Amino acid sequence: MIEVKNISKSFGDQKILNNVSTNFDKGKTNLIIGQSGSGKTVLMKCCIGLLDVDEGEVNFDGRCFSGLKEKNKKTTRKEMGVLFQGGALFDSYTVEENIMFPLNMFTKMSFAEKLDRVNEVLSHVNLSNSNAKFPAELSGGMIKRVAIARAIAMNPRYLFCDEPNSGLDPKTAEVIDELISELTHKFDMTTVINTHDMNSVLQIGQKIAFIYKGELWWEGDNKEILKTDNEELNDFVFSTELTRRIK
Amino acid sequence: MGLFKETGSYVLLMIETFKRPDKGKVFRRQLLIDFHALGVDSIGIVVFISLFVGGIIAMQMAYNIDNPLVPLYLVGYTTKQMMILEISPTIMSLILAGKVGSSVASEIGTMRVTEQIDALKVMGINPANYLILPKITAAMLFFPVLVIFSISVGLGGGLLAVFITGSVTTTDFIDGLQAWWMPFDIFYAIIKTVVFAFIIASVSGYKGYTVTGGSVEVGRASTQAVVASSILIIIFDLLLTQMLLT
Repeated sequence: MIEVKNISKSFGDQKILNNVSTNFDKGKTNLIIGQSGSGKTVLMKCCIGLLDVDEGEVNFDGRCFSGLKEKNKKTTRKEMGVLFQGGALFDSYTVEENIMFPLNMFTKMSFAEKLDRVNEVLSHVNLSNSNAKFPAELSGGMIKRVAIARAIAMNPRYLFCDEPNSGLDPKTAEVIDELISELTHKFDMTTVINTHDMNSVLQIGQKIAFIYKGELWWEGDNKEILKTDNEELNDFVFSTELTRRIK
Repeated sequence: MGLFKETGSYVLLMIETFKRPDKGKVFRRQLLIDFHALGVDSIGIVVFISLFVGGIIAMQMAYNIDNPLVPLYLVGYTTKQMMILEISPTIMSLILAGKVGSSVASEIGTMRVTEQIDALKVMGINPANYLILPKITAAMLFFPVLVIFSISVGLGGGLLAVFITGSVTTTDFIDGLQAWWMPFDIFYAIIKTVVFAFIIASVSGYKGYTVTGGSVEVGRASTQAVVASSILIIIFDLLLTQMLLT
């Protein structure tokens, strides 16, 4: 479980997060939702340690992470897998080299063992036989899947996904959602997904945290979100005529 | 105030950069890649420019030393001294600042804006150490080799020029090359080159690493890397000359 306790973050005079507290549960797909500029990306960056919090703390299974010095964060970092919005694959490396990268850095596995692991994670994301391709040769959906494969290569306990569906067509977005959900349950990971895709919210939102103007405004799941009378949340989720009719 | 902040930020990045690599084998692999990218790939331009500059200097010297009282071997001597003391270490470094500096800044800058550096960091890797240290090491080890190439090819260019134009006999030119030979001059050229190599790789690495924004900012950082490296090379050229030759 990841515990976010009273965290605040400002850039200059602008307060982006204000006293946010929530838990991200193990074995569940935990979603952070909110409008652009609401602070959800900052919240995720605070969780993974790319930004330091001004106040509060982030705990991973009871271990304080946010207060640690950079060199002491390494142990927890090795238990994290992160899927960045654009995939963040290394351009000059092939798919195989990208996925093998964390294994090269942190394990003493032989090349054959690493290759087995690469092929195993590639099969999880349905991309077997793509080892020799470079990121420039892949489609948007394939880049996301390779990035997921790299994120899970080290058997992480915690998986963070920053807008995994951005830039994808609805069908591919659904495939990515299903893949993340399936891997979360299969490997019993604590998965945190930053999204504003309403299909994802309704499809895989086992726990949803709605951030509004830097504050935690609402928490619940994908069933409760349909019944809530929270005005700001309804404005956000059911912003179109079509979604209002569906509700 | 901005300059102090920038200098402080550069020093902090260099402290991060000069930490022990996470894995020696990976560092050595990156080093080989950077030897090729920064060094081997620059041989062509260094050879081309040195050949022509050496020839031009020899021709200009021959044109200027048009006095029966001045011995003609001075054409070879002055060409040699200019190539060793200034043209090869400084001018080649300025050219490499343009070629290598912009490449390093844009490569690392692109990695920054596409979150590849963030990806390294969340994996528990020190990105500055992983990306910048091999480039600095490769530049400091390989640029002196390029400068020795440059000196040799430049003197060859001078010899070729006087042979083709007939302004000075090749015997006089070679006599000049051998006159007042001081090994310290080569040492001075190498010292300067090592310092310039550090400036080029570290400043360009810093400019790329600290990019915020998108492709426009990456282009701007690349230009700034070349300008800042060039200015620092000229300043350090003056300082090192004062320290080593006077």
